[in-house]
Amino acid sequence: MTGRAAGPAARLPSPAVAPAELPPSGLPGLDPAWSRLVEVPETPLDAPPGTAGPADVATRTWHVLDTGPLLAERGTPVVGTLLCVHGNPTWSYLWRDLVAATLDAATPDGATPDGPTPGAWRVVAVDQLDMGFSERTGTHRTLRRRVQDLADLTGALGLDGPVVTVGHDWGGVVSLGWAVDHRDALAGVVLLDTAVHHPEDTPIPAPLRLALRGLAASTVTTPAFLETTLALAHPALPADVKDAYRAPYRTAGRRSGVGGFVADIPAGPEHPSADELDRIAEGTRTLDVPVLLLWGPRDPVFGEPYLVDLLERLPHARVHRYEGAGHLLTEDADTAGAVLTWLADHRSTDDDRTPAAPPATPRAPMWHHLDALADDDSTALVEMAPSTGGGVRTVSWRLLARRVRELAAGLHAAGVERGDRVSLLVPPGADLTATLYACLRLGAVVVVADAGLGPRGLTRAVRGAQPTVVVGERRGLAAARALGWPGRRVSTTTLPPLTAAALGVTTSLPDLVDAGAGADLPPAPSPDDLAAVLFTSGSTGPAKGVAYTHGQLAAMRDALAAQYDLGVGTGLVAGFAPFALLGPALGCRSVTPDMDVTAPRTLTARAVAAAAGAVDATAVFLSPAAVANVVATAGELTADDERALAGVRLLLSAGAPVGERLLAEVGDLLPGAVPHTPYGMTEGLLLTDVTLAEIRAAGPGGAAGGVCVGRPAAGVTVRISALDADGRATGTLAATPDVTGEVVVAAPHVKDHYDRLWLTDRESRRGTPDGDGGTRLRTDVDDLAPGARWHRTGDVGHLDADGRLWIEGRLAHVLVTADGPVTPVGPEQRAQTVPGVRRAGVVGVGPRGTQQLVVVVETDPGARRPGLATPALTAAVRDAVGPGTVAVLVVPELPTDVRHNSKVDRARLAAWADGVLAGGRLGRP
Amino acid sequence: MKVLVTGASGLLGRTTAARVRDAGHDVRTFQRRPSGVDGVEDRLGSVTDPDDVDRAVAGVDAVVHLAAKVSLAGDPADFRHVNVEGTRALLAAAARHGATDVVHVSSPSVAHTGTAIVGEDAPRADPRRARGAYARTKAEAELLALGADGDLRVVAVRPHIVWGPGDEQLVARIAERARTGRLPLLDHGAALIDTTYLDNAASALVAALHRLGDDDGTVRGQAYVVTNGEPRTVAEMVAGICAAVGVPAPTTRVPGAVARGAGAAVETAWAHLPLASADGEPPMTRFLAEQLSTAHWFDQRRTRADLRWRPEVSIDEGLRRLAAWHAATTG
Repeated sequence: MTGRAAGPAARLPSPAVAPAELPPSGLPGLDPAWSRLVEVPETPLDAPPGTAGPADVATRTWHVLDTGPLLAERGTPVVGTLLCVHGNPTWSYLWRDLVAATLDAATPDGATPDGPTPGAWRVVAVDQLDMGFSERTGTHRTLRRRVQDLADLTGALGLDGPVVTVGHDWGGVVSLGWAVDHRDALAGVVLLDTAVHHPEDTPIPAPLRLALRGLAASTVTTPAFLETTLALAHPALPADVKDAYRAPYRTAGRRSGVGGFVADIPAGPEHPSADELDRIAEGTRTLDVPVLLLWGPRDPVFGEPYLVDLLERLPHARVHRYEGAGHLLTEDADTAGAVLTWLADHRSTDDDRTPAAPPATPRAPMWHHLDALADDDSTALVEMAPSTGGGVRTVSWRLLARRVRELAAGLHAAGVERGDRVSLLVPPGADLTATLYACLRLGAVVVVADAGLGPRGLTRAVRGAQPTVVVGERRGLAAARALGWPGRRVSTTTLPPLTAAALGVTTSLPDLVDAGAGADLPPAPSPDDLAAVLFTSGSTGPAKGVAYTHGQLAAMRDALAAQYDLGVGTGLVAGFAPFALLGPALGCRSVTPDMDVTAPRTLTARAVAAAAGAVDATAVFLSPAAVANVVATAGELTADDERALAGVRLLLSAGAPVGERLLAEVGDLLPGAVPHTPYGMTEGLLLTDVTLAEIRAAGPGGAAGGVCVGRPAAGVTVRISALDADGRATGTLAATPDVTGEVVVAAPHVKDHYDRLWLTDRESRRGTPDGDGGTRLRTDVDDLAPGARWHRTGDVGHLDADGRLWIEGRLAHVLVTADGPVTPVGPEQRAQTVPGVRRAGVVGVGPRGTQQLVVVVETDPGARRPGLATPALTAAVRDAVGPGTVAVLVVPELPTDVRHNSKVDRARLAAWADGVLAGGRLGRP
Repeated sequence: MKVLVTGASGLLGRTTAARVRDAGHDVRTFQRRPSGVDGVEDRLGSVTDPDDVDRAVAGVDAVVHLAAKVSLAGDPADFRHVNVEGTRALLAAAARHGATDVVHVSSPSVAHTGTAIVGEDAPRADPRRARGAYARTKAEAELLALGADGDLRVVAVRPHIVWGPGDEQLVARIAERARTGRLPLLDHGAALIDTTYLDNAASALVAALHRLGDDDGTVRGQAYVVTNGEPRTVAEMVAGICAAVGVPAPTTRVPGAVARGAGAAVETAWAHLPLASADGEPPMTRFLAEQLSTAHWFDQRRTRADLRWRPEVSIDEGLRRLAAWHAATTG
């Protein structure tokens, strides 16, 4: 014992002594053949050399899962070892799926499916001493002791590399301790929900404080800590799996290690294990091997700040956050598959990381026009109805440029650094624009999530992105407070001190402007620095953060400018938020019309006219829902309004495809304008473009149907990855006409990556020249723009003989019938030709591969409640859609996505139809 | 090839006997009443009489075994006698007389446990979990038949809800009950069900017989569900049949749970009380209630691939033929 405090372990009952044993047979998923006991001589800590004779050395017996003997028996060559370390209070049972997966991947002839190199990964998954089925040593083991224990074990096993450490919970720390001490053998690091550092100014997580307070009772004398942990799985663990986790911890004597582990958590710098934790945390910074971080965001102990801390230490790590998963990540998600995929990627012989496209061309930074027009008194921005009230607000280029500069310097003075994340909860308008460009200039990463995601979706998004700073209006900050969002708070206006304190606000934009007025600006970020994380609408699963570099944002601006001839002198009505923010980057005079930005369908024709008049608009950008309401309210337009709209040359309806009829109707309001509808998404805002005239010329499309979205926009390459018989997009990238498959694009303005979603990101590049490992596929494309990156859109469609792209739906919504895949949009269009059908959604019921096609329709006049269609309507829809239509259902309203109110939520509709047609309740979808 | 078709006085047996004959085989039929099929040899007798069975099987190369007690209610001992013991006797006789091939006609209900069937293939027959005396005894019979594959070549075919012109079972019952107001729609009638048009069921049995004779052995010991592969909602199917036979479709709705409860009660009472309705069946049994309020449609990929068969008559075409037949027979 050193001079330091004994720590909380002194409050625990005397630890028990018991020999190691093998687990009972019959535990679900665990093969007794994997288990072995290993005797390991214990190296004393701090023993002066030569003082400890062999007689003083204790021998400890470990229970480990070890596939080494099995692989040797099979004659499978071993390429390396996964050294797996569980946390508290689990045991090696935690890794059973990983053990099974590595054995499955080791095919009899030794070739792994994903890699050309033969061989298999051996798994050594330990039960730490005093835990699982390993020996109860009768001692309290500190972190330093445990790190040495693991080294003693690998020494006894003769593991000399290559070794990939895999650690969960506090096992992550122990495994990292091994990693920093065995650099020669270390080939990689995998961490799941763990932490190596806790900031001194914040308390440790509440569940641990609770466990520490009643330490003995919660961890040893009762199984409370164990039971609490086992209750953290999503979904709940089956009873037999819970019993398996409990198996080694049946009595208080068996649980002494559980209490010992909790007692060993360094809750403060005076704790006996604090120095060792610091040593490991600092050593982690110097690890240069590949790292995989897998995370369950619903973990009540290892929260996202610990992930951010690990990323700061291991910036090269691949990260995947499993939305909806929690602390028992190996139970909640297919982490075994992720680990094998990652290992295979690193073993792939195709290690060529050079991008497929020629290097990006230099582009002017996003704030280029703000610098160029810094002394220009002409109008840059107009807000028709600022959220702060007070009537129309006009901002000149001179003022905007100065504000951006001051804000950037002010944020910098307040400690915001390049690479720090800043969440903007500010409605579109001058404040948002100024803050956005200030962050860009500073090099802070802008995090933008649409309020349309709702509080839950927003909270998930903001927690996942972990901003350093949140900038918001009072309402947004109140929500941030209520929902427990991370980050320092900055208000758009200076709030009364009490209000500011209540909201946790430390400063305001006006204060930052003051602070930045005389201050110097730091150097500008480089084109490869991360610039923004934009969240998807979440209409296809949880919202994903889409990361862009400065170069990629500039490329997006240039693509818009080139496609639509936008630039200095253009007056732009920005009724669609993503494009609104690009106004100053394009040099356009932009105006935000009077509308509730969270509900685009509130935009009226008169509001558009008023906005157009304010900037002599030549271009109008609208969302599809706004287009519908603008058309519906066209009757209110006055002669003055019509004059204001007459100058518009370009109408853009962006965000989702709009029908030809609607586009034509809004075109009638803007007699001088060419109506365009671009095709794009958060991952690539402008991919193709089509005009109303071109839609009409294209006609109804081929046999597959679909929505014509036109030809590739400036700098964009479009290819199709054909669907196979199972409805999966496995085809090589091709431009063959009339072949239906996933739409795959390449452009300099396509996303850089998905934020902290490595598996999702990897899938989005699969089978392209930018793919990882074995999914990398060389394709001869000679028209790639410099700096272009490939992206799978998740949409299905086809190219026609004239090079036009037709969208047939989402890949996730493709039905797979006994006769092959069916894309939904074509059948929906055919159903909509039936008189009395206003809108249709086509979904499949039953198991993939033998799904049946069901048509769900909104009728005109509308139905009052859901039900079966009349025999006459059923027959008419079946005639139009095809004989494979097994049922036609009528609903008052089809469910649609949150953001656009326009895309049918087919996933929800399919689940509803599945229930109804299985004989379930006939509620609303 | 000389082929014995048992149960040829029933609709599917009759149709199958004619099809087998048309395929160029010598056909002998075996049942208690004359089959009424031209160009075949009728042997009258009962599958419950070992001597009758022995005489019927003597000298044939193959058996298509349809004879069964098909009913929604009745004495469980009667079902066992015909369905289990009859099949056992037939298989023994076939082995004894050197017949080689047996197509055992079964029912998807042998694996139906009362829960919805949504796109399943053909799970193994399970006498313990099948619902009702008919399904339980048919499950036992199928296991017997498939267990005899070895010296014999045996395949089980499970046509699901066979209907068509001349149908005294489903079509006549739906028509009769709809006419007398005793056919309620259960729940909203949106449960999706598979059915099989008569000619398709018969052609599937002939296909199975021919595939048994192929050398590849693919279908031996296998069970196949046969349907039209065009699931329809119960409401649409019942309305279609009603329209074809000129009666109004039912409009009364009964919650499925209530009907299942009532069905169970009636089933129990039926076994003990000498009651009978006009058609000799209780008005609603639990089995029927389940059939009409939960989905049961099947994955037909393996059936079609292995039997090298596809249905020739669509549901719509079948309903047209049913209407034409009805008009002709009542006109």
